[in-house]
Amino acid sequence: MATAFSAPKLAAQPFNTISPTSQHKPLISPTAASPFLGSTRKLLRLSSSSQLNLRRRSSGSVFAVSDIVKEKKSTSIPSLLITKEEGLELYEDMVLGRAFEDMCAQMYYRGKMFGFVHLYNGQEAISTGFIKLLKQQDSVVSTYRDHVHALSKGVPARAVMSELFGKTTGCCRGQGGSMHMFSSEHNLIGGFAFIGEGIPVATGAAFSSKYRREVLKEADCDHVTLAFFGDGTCNNGQFFECLNMAALWKLPIVFVVENNLWAIGMSHLRATSDPQIYKKGPAFGMPGVHVDGMDVLKVREVAKEAIARARRGEGPTLVECETYRFRGHSLADPDELRDPTEKAHYAARDPITALKKYLIENNLSGEAELKAIDKKIDELLEDAVEFADESPLPPRSQLLENVFADPKGFGIGPDGRYRCEDPKFTEGTAHV
Amino acid sequence: MLAIARQRILGQSFQKIRPAVSVLRSYSSAAKQITVREALNSALDEEMSADPKVFLMGEEVGEYQGAYKITKGLLEKYGPERVLDTPITEAGFTGIGVGAAYYGLKPVVEFMTFNFSMQAIDHIINSAAKSNYMSAGQISVPIVFRGPNGAAAGVGAQHSQCYASWYASCPGLKVLSPYNSEDARGLLKAAIRDPDPVVFLENELLYGESFPVSDEVLDSSFCIPIGKAKIEREGKDVTITAFSKMVGYALKAAEILEKDGIHAEVINLRSIRPLDRSTINASVRKTNRLVTVEEGFPQHGVGAEICASVVEESFAYLDAPVERIAGADVPMPYAANLERMAVPQIEDIVRAARRACYRSVPLAAAA
Repeated sequence: MATAFSAPKLAAQPFNTISPTSQHKPLISPTAASPFLGSTRKLLRLSSSSQLNLRRRSSGSVFAVSDIVKEKKSTSIPSLLITKEEGLELYEDMVLGRAFEDMCAQMYYRGKMFGFVHLYNGQEAISTGFIKLLKQQDSVVSTYRDHVHALSKGVPARAVMSELFGKTTGCCRGQGGSMHMFSSEHNLIGGFAFIGEGIPVATGAAFSSKYRREVLKEADCDHVTLAFFGDGTCNNGQFFECLNMAALWKLPIVFVVENNLWAIGMSHLRATSDPQIYKKGPAFGMPGVHVDGMDVLKVREVAKEAIARARRGEGPTLVECETYRFRGHSLADPDELRDPTEKAHYAARDPITALKKYLIENNLSGEAELKAIDKKIDELLEDAVEFADESPLPPRSQLLENVFADPKGFGIGPDGRYRCEDPKFTEGTAHV
Repeated sequence: MLAIARQRILGQSFQKIRPAVSVLRSYSSAAKQITVREALNSALDEEMSADPKVFLMGEEVGEYQGAYKITKGLLEKYGPERVLDTPITEAGFTGIGVGAAYYGLKPVVEFMTFNFSMQAIDHIINSAAKSNYMSAGQISVPIVFRGPNGAAAGVGAQHSQCYASWYASCPGLKVLSPYNSEDARGLLKAAIRDPDPVVFLENELLYGESFPVSDEVLDSSFCIPIGKAKIEREGKDVTITAFSKMVGYALKAAEILEKDGIHAEVINLRSIRPLDRSTINASVRKTNRLVTVEEGFPQHGVGAEICASVVEESFAYLDAPVERIAGADVPMPYAANLERMAVPQIEDIVRAARRACYRSVPLAAAA
């Protein structure tokens, strides 16, 4: 099996990442204590006896982070991973994401939303865990499952909801839709419908950050780009092309794989020769990390390190987050192929419930406060839906707008002004 | 054919003797002549020095000095951070260029030929052309995709396709196709300064051809308007539209037709999208006959669009059915004689123009 190739490499690692038995056995063996919990295989308990170190050693190291936070939590006097403010911020963001998506489903079945709608339920920990660590100038590039990325990045819920309803007050004036959320103010660049399309664009955004710093000499430009994409995308050529170029040019980017184990109806294990995506990072010279994507605190720890690495100029990181989507691929997907026990297993690991439990157990917050946040989000969404409902549809004149940045598409003249503004432009034919 | 080959060899040998940018001193004749290659190189050089946000990326653009030597000397002048040699990853590096353009940089992405752009066409159309619309004006993409397009000499089916009609059918893109050195310089400079994605279709066989240029063309602020065609030769009997290499053929055909008393008006389209419908229609209203010439496949081609536009707007002015000359409806064959048959030749243009001119003449008056 594929893991046999990585065995000698791991043996040379300076520290023992996982219990030695795990990496040497094939993935499908149900007895291996594999850090990768494949969906159709027997579910395994991670061995909590392995010693792990969170800090990165050298580039090219491969390790699973899933155990780390568990370790930390089980030691006697825990140093908490988050402060109360941070905890509440994370909780609020995840509840916003979940409630928003649920509201989308409701609106879709009422006919207010149409076309392709892909919901993010269950994966909120990744969006919150990563995006809440970013500055406004950092960029996020997403896929068609982008509502929650937009919300985490700061696009107002009203704007996203209007966009989904196709109203002119949407973040893209109704011209983009569910799959094409753009906000230049919040540096959210897409929203791409094609699998793998966002990855090179994200690499380009990271390239522009490096170019600004080195060629244009904007010394304080240390913007980081996050590219979010799924497990199916990791078999696409563009993914590998960009891993290569990002590592080659040491671009400030983090490739975040939201491995929810299913690409519409195609199981990740049926589609991929080596399902352990994080191992593909070191093949290109960057660290590959696997993390439990249902736990926002673990995701946050890994994200902190990856983003800091990129900001320091040390290059890209590949982070594989194991997660699950509670709903189907889209609202049109009957979702018949997934095993109900698998769904139940992941439903029990709901990230919001887990964070709630953590906050209460560590006395960072109480039931009442969290319920107040729930209520606040509900009101916010009611307001967003009302706003979207009452917003006007785009006027007919908007149809032909925004095709070009240049008002009539005739280019810029040598004097620097738009050609169409020059009254002589339409006289006769062009000549020298 | 021989004449073109000889000119190419001449052009290439001069290229070896002369340094990259000083184009004028070696010719001592009265009119200044520069090759299309020099025109493109000087345009890139000037735009890169005027704006530090302009950078080049593509295969072999740096150390190899460009697969067709268009980017010769630029690596030495601007360094590896602005002239990037990429791995062979069209989809990847085109997407990277688009992402960089989203953030205000101005990439000039070179495709070794536009045939390879098919590996990246998703980024050209979906991430570049459509972005300004999808984001409702928030994100503009000031990128240029350039490279040789169309048939070269004996390169076979996969290296000879013309992509003008494919790209020109997509809203959000500007598609330019220069013919001579003046077009090459002016249009490339306009394309680089333009805030929208531009597909710049050059022609490999024209790279080595020299054309006379005036001082105005050599000025560093020289720019040709996008969306305006040029009437290369005035006439009154038939309108011949063409772009890229076919303009040269059309001009030669016009000279042959002149001897027959047919004064052809040759229009160099320069800009395929936006298409200069007003110039074409004005010309057809004057001459009453139309022959469109292109190198690409006939179905859904540029000529089809021009003919439809003329029929829609100037039907009453037409005295003869519109004529379309295009490449043969086959993948490009390799054998030299078959290749010659698959691409329009001067005789084909002459024949079509004659057909257009005689069709409506009553038999009794035929001389």
